[in-house]
Amino acid sequence: METGERVLCKYAGTQLKGTYITERNGKAVIKLDSGYNIGVLHSTLEVIPKEKPAAPSPKKIEQNEKLPKLSIISTGGTIASKIDYRTGAVTSQFEADDILRAIPGLKDIAHFNAHVPATILSENMTPAIWKTLARTIFDEINSGTEGIIVTHGTDTMAYSAAAVSFMVQTPVPIIFAGSQRSADRPSSDNVMNGMCSAAAALSDLGEVAVVMHATTNDDYCAVHRGTRVRKMHTSRRDAFKSMNIKPLGIVDYPSLDVKLEDSVVRRGENKAALFDNLEENVGLLYFYPGMKPEVISAFSGYKGLVIAGTGLGHTSSACIGAVRDLTKAGTVVVMTSQCLNGRVCDRVYDTGRDLLDAGIIEGEDMLPEVAFVKLMWVLGQEKDTEKVKALMKTDLRGETGRCTPHGL
Amino acid sequence: MDYEDIGLMAGIEIHQQLDTKEKLFCRCPTKLRDVSEKNGEFKRYLRATESEMGEIDRAAKEEMKKQDRIYTYYEYDTTCLVENDEEPPAPMNPEAVELALTMAKMMDMSPVGQVHVMRKLVIDGSNTSGFQRTSLVALNGRIPCIPGGAGIESICLEEEAAQRVEGDLFSLDRLGIPLAEITTAPDMKTPEQVKEVAAYIGMLLRSTGRVKRGIGTIRQDVNISIRGGARVEIKGVQDLNLIDEVVRREILRQQNLLFIRDELIKREASVSDEIFDVTELFKDTGSAILKKAKSILAVRLLGFNGLVGKEIQPGRRLGSEMSDYAKKCGVGGLFHTDELPAYGVSEEEVIKLRGFTNANPGDCVILVADTKKRAQCAIGQILMRAEMAFSGVPEETRKMLEEGSTSYMRPLPGAARMYPETDVLPVDITDEYWEELRIPELITEKEKRFAEEMGLDPALAKNIAYSVRRPLFEIAVSKGVKPNLAARTLYSTLRELKRDGVDTVSLSDADILEIMLAVEAEKAAKEAVPDLLRAVSKGDSVASAIEKIAPSVSEEELSEVVSAVINERIDFVKEQGMRALGPLMGVVMKEMRGRVDGKVISEALKNELKKVL
Ligand SMILES: [Zn+2]
Repeated sequence: METGERVLCKYAGTQLKGTYITERNGKAVIKLDSGYNIGVLHSTLEVIPKEKPAAPSPKKIEQNEKLPKLSIISTGGTIASKIDYRTGAVTSQFEADDILRAIPGLKDIAHFNAHVPATILSENMTPAIWKTLARTIFDEINSGTEGIIVTHGTDTMAYSAAAVSFMVQTPVPIIFAGSQRSADRPSSDNVMNGMCSAAAALSDLGEVAVVMHATTNDDYCAVHRGTRVRKMHTSRRDAFKSMNIKPLGIVDYPSLDVKLEDSVVRRGENKAALFDNLEENVGLLYFYPGMKPEVISAFSGYKGLVIAGTGLGHTSSACIGAVRDLTKAGTVVVMTSQCLNGRVCDRVYDTGRDLLDAGIIEGEDMLPEVAFVKLMWVLGQEKDTEKVKALMKTDLRGETGRCTPHGL
Repeated sequence: MDYEDIGLMAGIEIHQQLDTKEKLFCRCPTKLRDVSEKNGEFKRYLRATESEMGEIDRAAKEEMKKQDRIYTYYEYDTTCLVENDEEPPAPMNPEAVELALTMAKMMDMSPVGQVHVMRKLVIDGSNTSGFQRTSLVALNGRIPCIPGGAGIESICLEEEAAQRVEGDLFSLDRLGIPLAEITTAPDMKTPEQVKEVAAYIGMLLRSTGRVKRGIGTIRQDVNISIRGGARVEIKGVQDLNLIDEVVRREILRQQNLLFIRDELIKREASVSDEIFDVTELFKDTGSAILKKAKSILAVRLLGFNGLVGKEIQPGRRLGSEMSDYAKKCGVGGLFHTDELPAYGVSEEEVIKLRGFTNANPGDCVILVADTKKRAQCAIGQILMRAEMAFSGVPEETRKMLEEGSTSYMRPLPGAARMYPETDVLPVDITDEYWEELRIPELITEKEKRFAEEMGLDPALAKNIAYSVRRPLFEIAVSKGVKPNLAARTLYSTLRELKRDGVDTVSLSDADILEIMLAVEAEKAAKEAVPDLLRAVSKGDSVASAIEKIAPSVSEEELSEVVSAVINERIDFVKEQGMRALGPLMGVVMKEMRGRVDGKVISEALKNELKKVL
């Protein structure tokens, strides 16, 4: 029996018409004409030979060429996911039309050009895809787009936003957007996030940012710097938070008014440039009590390692020897904190001082994931270890600040 | 009326809230809250999504006409992120699945092999997600209550919607309570049969002892059609006593709509889609609504004169139907010339209106007043409904009004509104599981048993069988409380106390049982039961209440009181002999204030009297 085939289900003394969908745990799953799916034994089903399933006929979306030009670059994710009409499963296949169908308001704001460098679940993101993504974005900037929207699954969105921040120097806004509740549901956050992203992409911003719900309400989106943002909740709409700085601004909904902080990089301040070299032999390690030194030694041969240490930036004393061995062998080791909020300081306690002595670099107020992406990128640009160390402590894309702001 | 002659086909859908410990898709309690207890709120938009076939469901589309509605939701310390649509659902509550399947077995149905949860698109705001989760759990059963029986097509287990507080404001306490939806076949041939079937299913569900009780916990939808008419679903009949009246009035409505259809065809009537802006015409009108409106639009229904104002069921006209359709655009309603002059519109204005629109005497002119955008939307809806009049009865979902008439809600939804809930795994129903499900005794059987085997008065037997405290009654009897004492305490006494303003709901089963057991153990007299319950309801423990109200009385104490009573009335006793027993009973009972059982007092009195005489 094939998916989409019309069937007659003779069960429980009734004869119900439906459509065969799939097999599950030895049962045949059929969609009854009432709309309900049920699982039954295969032996209760008969194929109805003549009836053909109706295929969907999506309409083409008309775009207004007079509106400003924006680019949508998709890597997958649920902002424009749709349901497979035969299996009922949610997929994230994608064309420009799909996102315009999912968020009809977009076509009144801009004229869109779409690219699909990847269709992956965001947990399957790789540095190789970051490179393709960065090049696609760079090409779009050169073709004269007013702004870029990258649709992305939310799991690794913050990593990718950081990666693009380092790889692409941009005169126009590059906005990462996604949805926490899939687009096939009437309550999805995709419409508001999509509309606010388009408004941000047309704004005066000149940086890479993540634009997502700021609260659980459908009231406004926050604009987060790509190197300062973190997913802080598994499922809530307002999962994304700026860490160690205030958000760059907000986009009100449904008015779509954009308010930006004075400190943001403005449109046109930077020239377009691409730096797409990444050193992929870099690791990120979450320290835990009782960690065996061998865990750290496992990274020997790596060009870089970021440790998310405890508190001000510590491992146990027992691990310091292994850290020293790594740095001696040429691995750059950067210390960040599991606290996420605040700045690393390895000069307060003995353990910290010993770690400094063992050759670690303090990651300042950088998020562990951002330090990890930055280290890949810096090692991709620079071979001299001392210069690498200096760059890791230098603010390049707003990822670290000289001062830690109060009042957050 | 000969219902067979008109081809009446009726079926019902019963929605019953289940009294499970937790909700269907999260672990919150199934507890209803008062809105004053809310501890937060949030606001969201909803919009219709395309089905997998690239279509928008017609019922959902209708809801979308009221655009940009923002819904507000109240949250509580008994609701969580699942109700907020901020967390994926938990696996289906096994307790609810078991209960729904028990009901299925009671109606002789067959379970599906695997339960799949679906999302049914609902964007009126009552579901934060924009859909209601529902699953088909069993098929094809039969109940015996009417001649030939009634078929039961399906049981669905679904989540209850949020409670509408007012307008676009909803309360999340109710969202997610498990709901059994029982759909009968269209086997009912008279309005009375509809009522009988509804009552029987209600009884059957209550027999599980695990369904919610009280107003709004069970709702009936009625599906009705007559020959030449159309299938109409009437939602939200909460009062069983009105259900047959609802059916009668719907029959009347369909017959009148068919009459109007025939009349329109005979008159060669038609709908003109020419729209007139008549705002200027009413700039000095006496009608407040028309005067303040930014835009007044008019259309002509050619040959409709007199039919738009024709009553089709008590309090409802064809004009009311058109008005319901127009209201979907956010307008307050419409005016039609069948009812004018009235509402501050003068005869002169009507003549001007007819002149301006070139309306013939046989035509009806309809007016809508609001912003231009809304008025245009409303006119479109009115023209659409007017066209439908030529085919008689439209397929609709309708809402019951007070008294049993109905108003239009939305078109009947199609299968396009259902798609799979991919966040919940299917549940397999094995043969062993089904075999092991136990069917509870029906309330009607209990009633019979309570009367015949326990010797209860038939009326009391019925009352206790249907009572909320019926499970407690059975426990009490099994622990040795006499059926009569248990039934009177749990039905009559509690009712009387409630009438006196005692908070009987707060009385726990355990406390009531303890009091009844104390009576059986002769620690308290049965006459003291009302006072004991009253004290416990105010927060006393059972033991302390008994100590205060009915401390145990020693035999000496009783015989002292009895002797004193007799001695004080010794002349009367000598005169009356043993006949004095009756009057003296009352005196001693009053003296002992329920601390001693009547029988014991009577024994003591008899003995003492014998001694004296
Ligand atoms: Zn909950």
